Amino acid sequence: MSRILLLQGNQAVVEGAIAAGVKFFGGYPITPSTEIAEQLADRLPKVGGKFMQMEDEIAGLGAVIGASMAGCKVMDATSGPGFSLKQEMLGMACSAEIPLVLVNVQRVGPSTGQPTSPSQGDVMQTRWGTHGDHWLIVLSPASVPETFDITLRAYELSEKYRCPVIILMDEIVGHMREKIVLPDDYSKIPQAQRKGPSKKPEDWKAYATDASLVPEFAPYGTGYRWHITGLVHDETGFPKGTPAATIAAQDRLRDKLMKHLDDIVTVENYKMEDAEFAVVAYGGASRSVYEAVDMARKEGLKVGFFRPITIWPFADKQVKALAGKVKGILVHELNDGQYVLEVERAVAGKVPVHFYGKYDNESATPEQVLAAIKKAMA
Amino acid sequence: MSEALINKYFRPGRLPHIWCPGCGNGIITGAIVKAIDKQGLAKDDVAIISGIGCSSRASGYLDFNTANTLHGRALPIASGLKMGNPKLHVIVVTGDGDASAIGGNHLIHAARRNIDLTVVMYNNSIYGMTGGQYSPMTPHGAKATTAPYGNVERAFDIPELVKASGATFVGRGTTFHTLQLIDLIAQGIAHKGFSFIEVVSACPISFGRQNKMGGPAKMLEWQRDHGVMKAAWDKMTAEQRAGKFPIGVLYEDNNTQEYTEAYDELIKRAQGGK
Repeated sequence: MSRILLLQGNQAVVEGAIAAGVKFFGGYPITPSTEIAEQLADRLPKVGGKFMQMEDEIAGLGAVIGASMAGCKVMDATSGPGFSLKQEMLGMACSAEIPLVLVNVQRVGPSTGQPTSPSQGDVMQTRWGTHGDHWLIVLSPASVPETFDITLRAYELSEKYRCPVIILMDEIVGHMREKIVLPDDYSKIPQAQRKGPSKKPEDWKAYATDASLVPEFAPYGTGYRWHITGLVHDETGFPKGTPAATIAAQDRLRDKLMKHLDDIVTVENYKMEDAEFAVVAYGGASRSVYEAVDMARKEGLKVGFFRPITIWPFADKQVKALAGKVKGILVHELNDGQYVLEVERAVAGKVPVHFYGKYDNESATPEQVLAAIKKAMA
Repeated sequence: MSEALINKYFRPGRLPHIWCPGCGNGIITGAIVKAIDKQGLAKDDVAIISGIGCSSRASGYLDFNTANTLHGRALPIASGLKMGNPKLHVIVVTGDGDASAIGGNHLIHAARRNIDLTVVMYNNSIYGMTGGQYSPMTPHGAKATTAPYGNVERAFDIPELVKASGATFVGRGTTFHTLQLIDLIAQGIAHKGFSFIEVVSACPISFGRQNKMGGPAKMLEWQRDHGVMKAAWDKMTAEQRAGKFPIGVLYEDNNTQEYTEAYDELIKRAQGGK
């Protein structure tokens, strides 16, 4: 049986978290993500889970890392300034391979910016926010129903690949209310599971891997007494900083994701079958693009919409294929031009890449996107 | 420390440690191990979570569930771990810079929650790993590489700070009074709630040399001569106390509910129980 509900995107995150089996939330309230914390404070204890409002955003992600070390599925949610504060913890989770899901409901920045206005100005920060080379997964929903699905997907990926997954929302998707159909009974939803130890403690190495390149995880307190560190470490988990050990560690952290792109990267193609021109957009900016493409089609323009759902790792293969199919591309973002740089890199001059950026604290209307399409096609 | 204790509680192949000759860190780490042994805890049930700094390297040497986390951030990670598995005895190993400067906010809030963690703060009055910069525990007037004209700032009275923040067990020991130190840490572990033990230690290299303390043995003597047992301290006049500090159990409250227990009750209420 299912329920038909009218929910905000932020509420859909909460439903997805409960359905995924989240047992711990640590965070700090910040607009426009606060509803996620408020509702998990209510919902988690009912399913035996725990909610901790920490003293700052850094501590929020720290507590989440700690609870994940105990084997819990965990969530943190934040926005703009809070996302900046969490970067060091995020790097530790990448290095120590701690599964966690962090929601960033983007607002206008930099600094305090516009707390209640939409922006997509953090898209590069989700990739390069913490210091050093690192790899993680970023997913961006464009609707309330998709937010629920993506939250479940975030746990599948985070637990499977033992890396942080960021759900990159924006104020539009976070606060928008939309119809969503949810199952009555979440217990039938498959639960993502971390791969546990296959050997006895005395034979087990914390960061040894098989062909998957993903190490096994033993929750703290289960007889496997291992060591976590943000220092460069070898397969034993203890610090080792030789050039060879550093390369081995970095290459594995990269390859455990980059060798599984077919599993990780998803995109949506909307009216792309016969398209001669493509719009590329993601998240909340997509809302006006669907309608603009429909309007263009009515005018006889063969326009399609290519929407990355996995934002990072970048959909390199798919964008390269797109460049071989259409005569031109328009990237639309609610910022002054971030993801467009990555699209240009992948397209590599094969077809013209145009940009329509909106960074005036409002989303574009379908008419504005249509005008940008026509200008780019002219 | 006996070879039996080393073999039982230290990870094979991880020693020797990185600490300088004369450093107090070995004495404190030994005291933690002896306190755990005294309490008879199973190694699988103990977690040692540290931040960053000389003292925080201790976690890697010890054969428990361990983590050498981020500078100042051991407490939030330890808090989440304790919430995730309340059966674990979680001991936080931290230094004076780690706990009282960059981690100061986490320290007062963990104390306020009265979450069942045992914090052992190795206080060598200096940032040792980075080579001798002043910390919030460096005495006023002392020299540091970033205080070449003497430290213009004043040091925290860290037990008073942690007590005022809500900790329910507060103690102070030294690396000279080792038997008392083992006992203090053991009591901290046994205490149900947030326990904090400051350990006055010596960094002969980065603090002692700059401040002409006379080497490791002299620095231990300094601890002997300036640390005063709490019972004696209570009878001293302000004049007699000048320049000295009390050691022992400084504060204990066994009537305040511990955080994870309070949260378990919250869960029962949320689920419609009494």
